[in-house]
Amino acid sequence: MSAIAIAPRQVAADRVAGAFSGVAGAVCDTADVAWRNLLTQLRTPQALVFATIQPVIFVLLFRYAFGGAIRVPGTNYVDFLMPGIFAQTVAFGAVGTAVGLSGDLRTGILVRFRTLPMSRIAVLGGRTVADLARNLLVIAVMTGVGFAAGFRSPNGAGGLLAALGLVVAFGYAISWGFASLGLRVSDPEAAQAAAVPVLFLLVFTSAAFVPSTAMPGWLQAFGTHQPVDALVNAERALILGGQAAHDVLVSLAWSGGMLLVFALLAVRSYARMSR
Amino acid sequence: MSEPAVEARGLRKAFGKVQALDGLSLTVPAGAVLGLLGPNGSGKTTTVSILTTSLRPDAGHGRVGGLDVVTQAAQVRRIIGLAGQFAAVDPNLTGRENLRLIGRLSRVGRRQARVRADELLDGFGLNTAADRLVRGYSGGMRRRLDVAAALLHRPAVLFLDEPSTGLDPESRFAVWDSVRDLARSGATVLLTTQYLEEADALADQVVIISAGRVADTGTPAELKSRFGTVLFQLDFGRQEDAQAGHMALAAAGYRPQRDGAGVQVRSAAGSGELAGVLRALGGRAPDPVSVAVREPTLDDVFLSLTSGGEAA
Repeated sequence: MSAIAIAPRQVAADRVAGAFSGVAGAVCDTADVAWRNLLTQLRTPQALVFATIQPVIFVLLFRYAFGGAIRVPGTNYVDFLMPGIFAQTVAFGAVGTAVGLSGDLRTGILVRFRTLPMSRIAVLGGRTVADLARNLLVIAVMTGVGFAAGFRSPNGAGGLLAALGLVVAFGYAISWGFASLGLRVSDPEAAQAAAVPVLFLLVFTSAAFVPSTAMPGWLQAFGTHQPVDALVNAERALILGGQAAHDVLVSLAWSGGMLLVFALLAVRSYARMSR
Repeated sequence: MSEPAVEARGLRKAFGKVQALDGLSLTVPAGAVLGLLGPNGSGKTTTVSILTTSLRPDAGHGRVGGLDVVTQAAQVRRIIGLAGQFAAVDPNLTGRENLRLIGRLSRVGRRQARVRADELLDGFGLNTAADRLVRGYSGGMRRRLDVAAALLHRPAVLFLDEPSTGLDPESRFAVWDSVRDLARSGATVLLTTQYLEEADALADQVVIISAGRVADTGTPAELKSRFGTVLFQLDFGRQEDAQAGHMALAAAGYRPQRDGAGVQVRSAAGSGELAGVLRALGGRAPDPVSVAVREPTLDDVFLSLTSGGEAA
């Protein structure tokens, strides 16, 4: 048994691994991987800057270029607009999760992770948690720009924060969908090309930029029964004021359901990489 | 009976229609360095991926340290280290950050991860570059860091997938030195390579694979005596002259191989044998137009494996 004769060290390793096993180990590993991903993002600031600039441009574009032509009864367009832009931003931002993972796949760092005695879920958890942190930053910047452009959040700070909470939850759920996609295609450009049309469809048939009542009936039928629309309606209820409970529950149900399904799919994709 | 550190039995793996491994078996005794030698696409990386638990075989089984690589993958991961040919370190972290991260994920504990990272940066001559981002490293530095990362948790069995491919000679020797140090410290090493020279320099035992199967196996000395250490390439300019040269050499006890107007002769006796080769031609064939002396490459080895030719 001389292979195991290098044992004193291995016994020690076993003890450490044993103490770390299960949930605590998974949390530690996820935190370590998330830290690595955040550091990586901070050190490639171009990507971070572009991830922030695009939503800011959208805020200004819709506010000043289109906003003059769009009349929404009963409210200021910028107050109507901001919930839509938040939803659009985290939906499109989730593409970054796919791009990041497929990049790790290509550089070979995922192969190394797969041969380490770390938690299996930490690679995915660490990626999505880091992307959540990036979303927080982008949303903070957008909120600032929104306020500068006249956004006032009529229902007060509590409503705004609750709405942003929904946005972040939705963003986290959808980024698991992109995690699964990123593991299935080894090429970041392909991941992006596959995802963008679907996102456009979801965002632009929702009430993100114009009220659904302005759309033909068949489009409304689709546009009002999908997660982006549910999120936008819940945000609006919280930000503009009004009956929010039902819309909030619908949005949370979408996010919870998406998180469950997408996380299962992503974990399965990760396990399947060994086939 | 001591258990082998690594054992593969009848490994098969197909990617679509390509049969990457076609019943590969090999054994690495504990403490030995095994060189897995083969050209691109012969199944080296697939073998390593299966034995390091990141790929499942379609059939057959692998054991590392007596543990099954499929059913006991989690335990296997605790005793192995892998350095891949693609230098899997994060370009946007510093060398030190990379090692500390891998150390923590290898579950050696936070403090131990720091200590080991410093030790290894020192040992691999990366001290001065330790706090620079890896994206600014040279290929050789990256590879050394990659090997260091594989050693953080002091693995009992180390897998090195083409450790020196694409490196300049100086970096190559540095990697070789670290493999030798490891072998001296008692670790078992399985390394893949495309270079006969590398297998010769590092391995106790060499397994040559081709198209996912073992084509030959032996110690480097055995392989050298089988395939020769030098190869003389004689160019006669004309086919008839080459034929005459071929006959003269065969008559003198060599085993020449003719290819058009050229004749190849292998020898295990080194380049000094050239005099003997030319003497064998003396008078019985025209002088060759040119003579080249080179080391046999893996291609030459495969040529003789598939043609059944043996060196004199």
